[in-house]
Amino acid sequence: MNPNGTAAISVRGLTKHYDDVEAVRGIDFDVAPGEVFGFLGPNGAGKSTTISMLCTLTAPTAGTARIHGCDVVTQGSAVRRNIGVVFQDSTIDRYLTGEQNLRFQASLYGMSKQEGARRIKDLLDLVGLWERRSSLTDTYSGGMKRRLEIARGLLHSPRVLFLDEPTVGLDPQTRKAIWNYLRELREAEDITVFMTTHYMEEAEHCDRIAIMDHGVVIALDTPAALKAGVGEDRIRIHTGDSETVVAALRKRFGIEAEVHDDVVTFSVPDGEVFIPQLFADGGLPIDSVHMARPSLDDVFIKRTGFSLRDAEPPGRPAGDARLRAMGRR
Amino acid sequence: MTVTTTPVVRTPPQGLLHELGVVATVIQREMIRFVYDVGRAVATLFQSVIWLLVIGAGVGSLLPGLPEGADLKTAVFPGIIAMTVILSAMFSASSIVWDREWGFVRIMLVAPVSRTSIVVGKVLAGSLLATGQGAVLIALSGLVGVPYDPAMIAQMLGVMLLTAFSVASFGVAVAARIKTLDSFLGIAQLVIMPMVFLSGALFPVGQLTGWFAAVTVFNPIAYAVDPMRQIVFGYVDAPAEVAERLNPGVSWNGWEVPVALELLMVGVAGVAFLLIAVARIRKVE
Repeated sequence: MNPNGTAAISVRGLTKHYDDVEAVRGIDFDVAPGEVFGFLGPNGAGKSTTISMLCTLTAPTAGTARIHGCDVVTQGSAVRRNIGVVFQDSTIDRYLTGEQNLRFQASLYGMSKQEGARRIKDLLDLVGLWERRSSLTDTYSGGMKRRLEIARGLLHSPRVLFLDEPTVGLDPQTRKAIWNYLRELREAEDITVFMTTHYMEEAEHCDRIAIMDHGVVIALDTPAALKAGVGEDRIRIHTGDSETVVAALRKRFGIEAEVHDDVVTFSVPDGEVFIPQLFADGGLPIDSVHMARPSLDDVFIKRTGFSLRDAEPPGRPAGDARLRAMGRR
Repeated sequence: MTVTTTPVVRTPPQGLLHELGVVATVIQREMIRFVYDVGRAVATLFQSVIWLLVIGAGVGSLLPGLPEGADLKTAVFPGIIAMTVILSAMFSASSIVWDREWGFVRIMLVAPVSRTSIVVGKVLAGSLLATGQGAVLIALSGLVGVPYDPAMIAQMLGVMLLTAFSVASFGVAVAARIKTLDSFLGIAQLVIMPMVFLSGALFPVGQLTGWFAAVTVFNPIAYAVDPMRQIVFGYVDAPAEVAERLNPGVSWNGWEVPVALELLMVGVAGVAFLLIAVARIRKVE
């Protein structure tokens, strides 16, 4: 996976101050080649600023960031050759057709005509827009524009693809479809994906996640490990005979359960393994069993004291780190 | 759906050829955009024709003591062309603000291309479009008693292109840091309109005295308008007295500035603005 020992992305002490607002306060992480790495956090946590620095658009105040060994400050041109970017706000040229948008991109990256044409066909097929290639992008739906942008980000076969909130503002079906594309892409192309999101459900798709808040990475691990770190699975049993169930739980598993209106609840470290054991000897008067796993939100709550949903400033445009940072002071 | 394994493309080494390709691509894109925006260009042209009629005919008849055989329309004609070229070149730069609003500039900034190529492409596209609009006005020469002389048309096109280049560079330099289209249009209006009015484009300013004349000497646009008028008057049969009155040139302390020097100043200013534009767009965001 990583033959020459170079990380796809390597970040050390990366910091960005705007005037007197600290948008990013010294973060460190490495992303291995081929990984899907997610940045999860509320709007204004510093995610977009971080992407902007990794893409050479914003100069860091301090610290370093390398993409496949190339420094984003001193080797900007080499970095730009290796990355594809899908920005949070639409950057589609609405005066051009879908195909023209991609052709423009192909020439920015110095691709030859034949090479460009072949690659444009492949990618438009991939995102399901080949039939609409000659329509003005003004006539595309939000999901189609996003897919076109993802195709454009991939056109020049970047080694690292940056996606800033790739599914924000899209309906659930489109979000799901985009995730499917991204998964298939990973099979088809030798690529590392770095994405930001403020949807917890989406972060679950990543191999590893860094949770960011107020410009600091507060947790970094696989989604499963992060969730395992905050607590146990909650089990809820509906029964007509709570006393028998509670007694059996105490006797067989040493669990003290709570009872409320014939509903028995308790926690176990690994619910998936526990539930089959519950039924192993049979005979318990159970109507239904419900299991809830800790969510990434629980991880966020544990570290910050806030729910990710509450940390979201209502009605504020996404990605406005400065406003948010000022508002929080 | 299934994913076909696409052959992986690696971007070839960068070079001058690639950068020239980028310039051409940016120009091509601006041209495509222009087609969708052609209504604005048509409106600008109509406006120019109206200016020509109002200033030339209307104001001309109010001027007392205009010598026999003089037609203010002839004098104003090159000025109107200059104004059209300057306004279109300036407003062509608004596309960079528009692109910023739509985030498209960022797509170019994360590509492995030099910022200079992006700026040069924008400026050249704006220059060509503005010159094209000026050329349409030249087609009206016959209406104002200016002959269709190929040599004159060629010289006019050259001066128009140079002027458009300078103004478009200035426009991009201004637009590089401006976030919204409204504020760009406001600033463009504020800067360009008074300079056009005080440049002699719409009425000869050479004989003015006092502070008015002083302002003209420091107005860069005057040095773009004057060569155009000199060219046109070179091909018009006008009595010496009329030519003197309507085509007085620009003087520094009584020394009439030669056309070559005027053009040199316009060109140098254009290159300077271009460099400023590149520096400003580099630091964007």
